[in-house]
Amino acid sequence: MTQVLIDGLFLGCVYALIALGYSMVYGIIKLLNFAHGDIFMFGAMIAFTMLTAVPGLQSAGIVAVFGVLILSMFLTGGTGVLIEAVAYKPLRSAPRLSLLITAVGMSFVLEYGVKQFWGSKSITWPQWAQMGAGSIPIFDGTITISRLVLMAVSIALMVGLGFYINGTRQGRAMRAIALDQRASTLMGVDVNRTISLVFFIGSALAGAAGVMFGMYYGAIGFMMGFLLGLKAFTAAVIGGIGNMYGAMLGGLTLGLIERTTVYFCNGDDSWKDVVSFGLLILFLTLRPTGILGDRVVERM
Amino acid sequence: MASATIAPALKQPAWTNDRNVLRVLAIVFVVFVYVLPLIDDSTKTMDFMTKAMIYVFLGMGLNVVVGYAGLLDLGYIAFYAIGAYTCGILTQAFHIPQWAAVPGVVVACIIAGIIIGGPTLRLRSDYLAIVTLGFGEIIRVTARNLTIDAPDGSPMVRGPSGMANIEQWSFGGWSFTDGLNIGGMFIREQVIFYYFVTTIALVLGVFGISRLANGRLGRAWKAVRDDEDAAEAMGINTYTTKITAYIIGAVWAGLAGQLSATQQLSIAPTSFEFLFSALILMAVVIGGMGSTPGVVLGAMFVSLVPNLLRNYEWAENRYLYFGILLVVVMLFRPKGFWPATDILPWSSEKIHKWLTARKAAKAGKDLIATEEDTYE
Repeated sequence: MTQVLIDGLFLGCVYALIALGYSMVYGIIKLLNFAHGDIFMFGAMIAFTMLTAVPGLQSAGIVAVFGVLILSMFLTGGTGVLIEAVAYKPLRSAPRLSLLITAVGMSFVLEYGVKQFWGSKSITWPQWAQMGAGSIPIFDGTITISRLVLMAVSIALMVGLGFYINGTRQGRAMRAIALDQRASTLMGVDVNRTISLVFFIGSALAGAAGVMFGMYYGAIGFMMGFLLGLKAFTAAVIGGIGNMYGAMLGGLTLGLIERTTVYFCNGDDSWKDVVSFGLLILFLTLRPTGILGDRVVERM
Repeated sequence: MASATIAPALKQPAWTNDRNVLRVLAIVFVVFVYVLPLIDDSTKTMDFMTKAMIYVFLGMGLNVVVGYAGLLDLGYIAFYAIGAYTCGILTQAFHIPQWAAVPGVVVACIIAGIIIGGPTLRLRSDYLAIVTLGFGEIIRVTARNLTIDAPDGSPMVRGPSGMANIEQWSFGGWSFTDGLNIGGMFIREQVIFYYFVTTIALVLGVFGISRLANGRLGRAWKAVRDDEDAAEAMGINTYTTKITAYIIGAVWAGLAGQLSATQQLSIAPTSFEFLFSALILMAVVIGGMGSTPGVVLGAMFVSLVPNLLRNYEWAENRYLYFGILLVVVMLFRPKGFWPATDILPWSSEKIHKWLTARKAAKAGKDLIATEEDTYE
């Protein structure tokens, strides 16, 4: 059972990182960015390319991997900003349906664009950049050191984001736009710039999650963003979409629930997605604002 | 004063604004699809044309949800799967003819529509998008893992292998497989099936839905789509209106699923992927949301492209181009290829506007508001 908890918490960290980006974008411009899961996948792909294309990286070991992680975050962040500028910004005053459809289109462009360049086969992460095996026993389970490191990195990113949103001028601008875009403009907030920044941060976090996913699981593919994006959204809804802590809490909850489901199905993982999405529908029915969301249900 | 505000007549050929043009085009299309088997009744052509007509039927169903009611459904194929499985299970478990399973399919889709639409349609419309996406995945995974035995103990639904030996349509003692002899001309099963699907798609899909859209309910859908608060103020029950649209869409998809199951005579769970839902959505969006000719063309386009593209690589990468097309259409032509308000594509509203503006400028009056205020 301890093992289930550890597995769940680890999975939850990955979900939470992706859910954060989802939730930030939704909280600020009320857009479900369907392409978000694909940015996660894109991050893993470009990190893979950097790791294999640059000669001599291997000798730098773990330092190189972290360098690549940071570089990928910048690149995916840039991709997010680009997508926003090309596809979402011109439609900001258009009906919501147009925006959603554009987001679905962007998701397709990313998925099948990546398929074009990287192929449709599952890609194996370079062995040396995968996480080592050493493990520490905890009660009746074990946790690998790699997991601990990755969990620490994701928690650090989340805490850092928390400080950024709550403690800086830019973060305050973001919260202001989330409350009232027009009023923030009047108060001198550069709305376009702040929204771009939100896309940058959200996408960078998704990219980081992608690299970590590759480092840990060792295999990536062009469609992996679809299901994970959907799960991350579920996590965001469970925690309370638009709420940063909600995204983290939702991610961890979903990760735990999923591993527990597998545990109770005696290791058969074919029903875990059904349980997750069933939970999504249940939450939207009973408590659409999520665990931590505010109590105002917007109707439209 | 008031007389100056009358819009000037269009300076484009009068026939482009004539509803009869649309009628003529519709008749040409109908004649074409009915005459086609006389020209080419090869198995290949019949196969992909039947499929194209099923897409048209599906597209018209999704058009109700997305085009008229303005609800984004990303898991539309879930209902298609429910329809296919329901008809398969009913006909095999109870040994009833295919037509007798139709009410079962309809009821199953209505129930599924209420389960999914009921709670989520009360929320913001973008939640529906994601819930339907999740629902689509639930149905896909369930279909892959489902195993049911027939009452006599033989395997019926076999998990990843789906269902086999779906019954062909039969009426009384006559089944499609027997073929038909008319005046010495023998009509094969496939051709009969093509005519059957085409008739259903045209009558129930195209004609039925476009009639529905012009009626009281259809106008309510459009009103809710354009401004929910205003619609509510006008006495429309927005929730009932939306859920009706959603259920009608579900039933149409279920019937399409039944048709598709009887076309292939088997059901494969791998065909219920998100891609399929997205493809139908593309047909509706690219063709023109809420536009009957647009959706018919869009569905034909989306289904025939892989068959028409000789270049294999292009057909393989079509989703990339479809994705780009989706974004480009939304950015530059949000009403789609054939906007619902136009008689013909590019029968140009814009020319109209430009002419009005020029006339107004000549008269020295600013008759048209150039800027639309956007309030949130």
